Amino acid sequence: MKRLTTFLTLFTLSTSVLANQFAIVGGKVHTLTGQGTLAEATVLIKDGVIESIIAGSEAPRGYERIEAQGKVVTPGFIGAYTALGLVEVGFSAGQVDASTSEHPVTTIGAAIDVSYGINADSTLIPITRMEGFTSAATGIESSEYLFKGQGAFIQLSDDEPLLKPRAFMALSVNNSSADEAGGTRGTLWVALKQILSEAKFAADFRTSNSLIPTQHWHGVSTRTDAQALHDVIRGNTPLLIKADRKADILNIIGLKSEFPKLNIVIVSASDAWRVADKLAAAQIPVILNPEYNLPGAFDTLGATLANAGRLEQAGVKVAIGIETHNIRLAAQHAGNAVANGMSYEVALAALTRSVAEIYGLQDTLGALAPGMRADVVVWSGDPLEVTEAAEHVFIGGQPTKMESRQTLLRDRYLNLEQTKPMGYVRP
Amino acid sequence: MNYNNKPTWILAAITTTILSATTLVGCSDHADNQTQITNKVVINPDPFPSTYEPIPSKTTLITNVTIFDGIGGMSTDSQILLADGKILGLGKQINLPENVTIIDGAGKFVTPGIIDTHSHLGVYPSPDTRSHADGNEMTSPVTAQVWAEHSVWPQDPGFQRALAGGVTSLQILPGSANLFGGRSVVLKNLPDRTVQDMKFPEAPYGIKMACGENPKRVYGRKGGPSTRMANVAGYRKAWIGAAEYKAKWEQYEADVNAGKDAKAPKRDLNNETLKGVLDGDIIVHMHCYRADEMVVMMDVMKEFNYQIGSFHHAVEGYKIADKLAENNVCASMWADWWGFKLEAYDGIRENIPMVHAAGACAVVHSDSDIGIQRLNQEAAKAWSDGRRIGIDISKADAWQWLTSNPAKSLGIFDQTGSLEVGKNADVVLWSADPFSTYAQAEKVFIDGGLAYDRNAPDTWPVSDFELGQIGEGDHK
Repeated sequence: MKRLTTFLTLFTLSTSVLANQFAIVGGKVHTLTGQGTLAEATVLIKDGVIESIIAGSEAPRGYERIEAQGKVVTPGFIGAYTALGLVEVGFSAGQVDASTSEHPVTTIGAAIDVSYGINADSTLIPITRMEGFTSAATGIESSEYLFKGQGAFIQLSDDEPLLKPRAFMALSVNNSSADEAGGTRGTLWVALKQILSEAKFAADFRTSNSLIPTQHWHGVSTRTDAQALHDVIRGNTPLLIKADRKADILNIIGLKSEFPKLNIVIVSASDAWRVADKLAAAQIPVILNPEYNLPGAFDTLGATLANAGRLEQAGVKVAIGIETHNIRLAAQHAGNAVANGMSYEVALAALTRSVAEIYGLQDTLGALAPGMRADVVVWSGDPLEVTEAAEHVFIGGQPTKMESRQTLLRDRYLNLEQTKPMGYVRP
Repeated sequence: MNYNNKPTWILAAITTTILSATTLVGCSDHADNQTQITNKVVINPDPFPSTYEPIPSKTTLITNVTIFDGIGGMSTDSQILLADGKILGLGKQINLPENVTIIDGAGKFVTPGIIDTHSHLGVYPSPDTRSHADGNEMTSPVTAQVWAEHSVWPQDPGFQRALAGGVTSLQILPGSANLFGGRSVVLKNLPDRTVQDMKFPEAPYGIKMACGENPKRVYGRKGGPSTRMANVAGYRKAWIGAAEYKAKWEQYEADVNAGKDAKAPKRDLNNETLKGVLDGDIIVHMHCYRADEMVVMMDVMKEFNYQIGSFHHAVEGYKIADKLAENNVCASMWADWWGFKLEAYDGIRENIPMVHAAGACAVVHSDSDIGIQRLNQEAAKAWSDGRRIGIDISKADAWQWLTSNPAKSLGIFDQTGSLEVGKNADVVLWSADPFSTYAQAEKVFIDGGLAYDRNAPDTWPVSDFELGQIGEGDHK
């Protein structure tokens, strides 16, 4: 019998590897589109994309069925601001590609490109995806430069992770950055505007004539930095700016009126609720951790659990999820945003559609609609409840194995009474 | 010696309080035996006594509520009566005293107040600045002479945030830079002008010890230890010194009692704390991630005949859960933190339920000014992760991780940590099942006094630091 089960398991596995048509049948489906939430619907997946979403529990023939009655179906969650793939163990454990030290190629940090540092074999990837996260923005966590370089957008499947290199530019203007950039915001902001002017100059001349090594270049930034800022200054690449204090956020809104093409996103944003109307008017979205409510520094005195809900009220787009090893807890963070005033649907969007929109990927990611990439998760129940969990995770239309180094460790030690040392126990 | 017995610190704590009358140095040259005994040098075990006073309370009855009693019991449509700071009644029908305030708890839940065994509130307060970072005395690997209470800043706004999360008592620990980091202090989560105003009356002291990466990193280039083996040599050396110190004092007491002309040994604050551990008066709280290191430390514990109250973090507790149970050592754990350093790399989500299932004492702790605000959710995660792999623990049993088990590991279970008649009325009324993300602590009672009422923002406590600042009294 055991042999038979093994055979069947192998058979199922091998067919699922080959299959490219799946029907997730009868779940409560949050489409995150105009279609809204369907109480009982079937999601059809074909060739890596969503084919259709149909009411009820009927699936056409020829589709591998995943029973989802009584379950909840959502788009794959997106890690809004992480260093996934760039760090295995952050502290005293060798190389970390999410932090930088000085190098002559850059004076301001903009040139840094993390896409070369992404490790597809990182254990964080399966640990994160089996909890319903199917893609993520990833970038530098720690840098003494004003700019934190160019981040990437990755998928969390076993395939090549890089979906979009140079997907965003990161910058920080908060207390600790002011400390590093000359010791005062008075230096930081002058430097920042100078750098953006240089980038604009270089971009306006289009050609990068001024940027070839035989030409003179006397910028504060290096030629490589200015080049890296090309698409930022033109608004093609989002500029993520970490800031908390109200005055810093107002400076950012001012920056946007000076450089109107900039596609600015504010990260952290403790005081954002205090200028929510202005952010809404300037169409600046926010990525935050809604659980952060302490005056950790003199620029986060306004921190409150109500931040996310108040921003929603004012019409500001909010994404939730600033973490790396535990970005999987962003679902819990969103649940707590709901407990403190955010609406449920918007909190769900803060993990999916809103993140995709921030990174300009809304046509393929962050919602369930025909033609979109089939990143789909079946949950045991409400995904924002701490007691529920992902049960099936599809990335790019393929089911992923619900296994990680953590589940293997768990299974090895579930029974401590073994006749041989644990090294012989292979779960 | 039998390590399976109930730890000795509860008895020891009572003994210490009886000994509180003290006489300092006396001259014994012309004294007879009796006066020699009265002139005996006795060290005051409580030189910074608690001045805690409960806030005023009303006799309160909560009705129609679901109760987790913190010791594994659950009852629905139940009642709980709080009077004179104590729990006066529990059950379906309680005889009511006069002038009772009745709260309808329909659809809501009541639990004992949450107790966090691992907090640095006050010693690493908000704002997080160098001038306030008073949690690690990083000048020597053995600093058992320092006491966390002398670093606690009672104006840390983190205390009020934790209160809104249903935390009624907490242990403030020194950091984990040192092999011996210093004494901890157990507080009532009712911030006042001084740390003494917050001290949990009659709670025994703890001592913070640390395994692994932190001491060797901090001291690797400052004279050592620079390896784990030197960490262990450091603990053993200190215990040898403490045993000698203890023997000297015992000899002195024996001599005085025998009427001999004896001179008291010179006081040494470091050894005084370590002797307190060997005497069973001070509870060891040991930061330790790795399974193998925890087992080494339990051998050191047996070598020097003391008891470890709790391993803290114990990220690999699941690998040695049987040995934790055998040695009667609690493990204070996170639900899912992992990977931030190599000794936390093997963290798994099922750690807490696996430790519990092995019969060991599992505790949910925070070590975080954010995490402490939602410890109920940490327990909920661990509970559900256990169930998914077939470890079927009831919610009522899981609630032990938040109240009775931490109370036991802190030596205060005789006063708090469960809902039983006669115990302190440290009680939380939750808006819904506290295993839900959406549940919030609606009312928090400490010794029967209403310390926090979510629906009455005007009554929320505000620390001096936040007074007159942005967001004062805001929904936090």
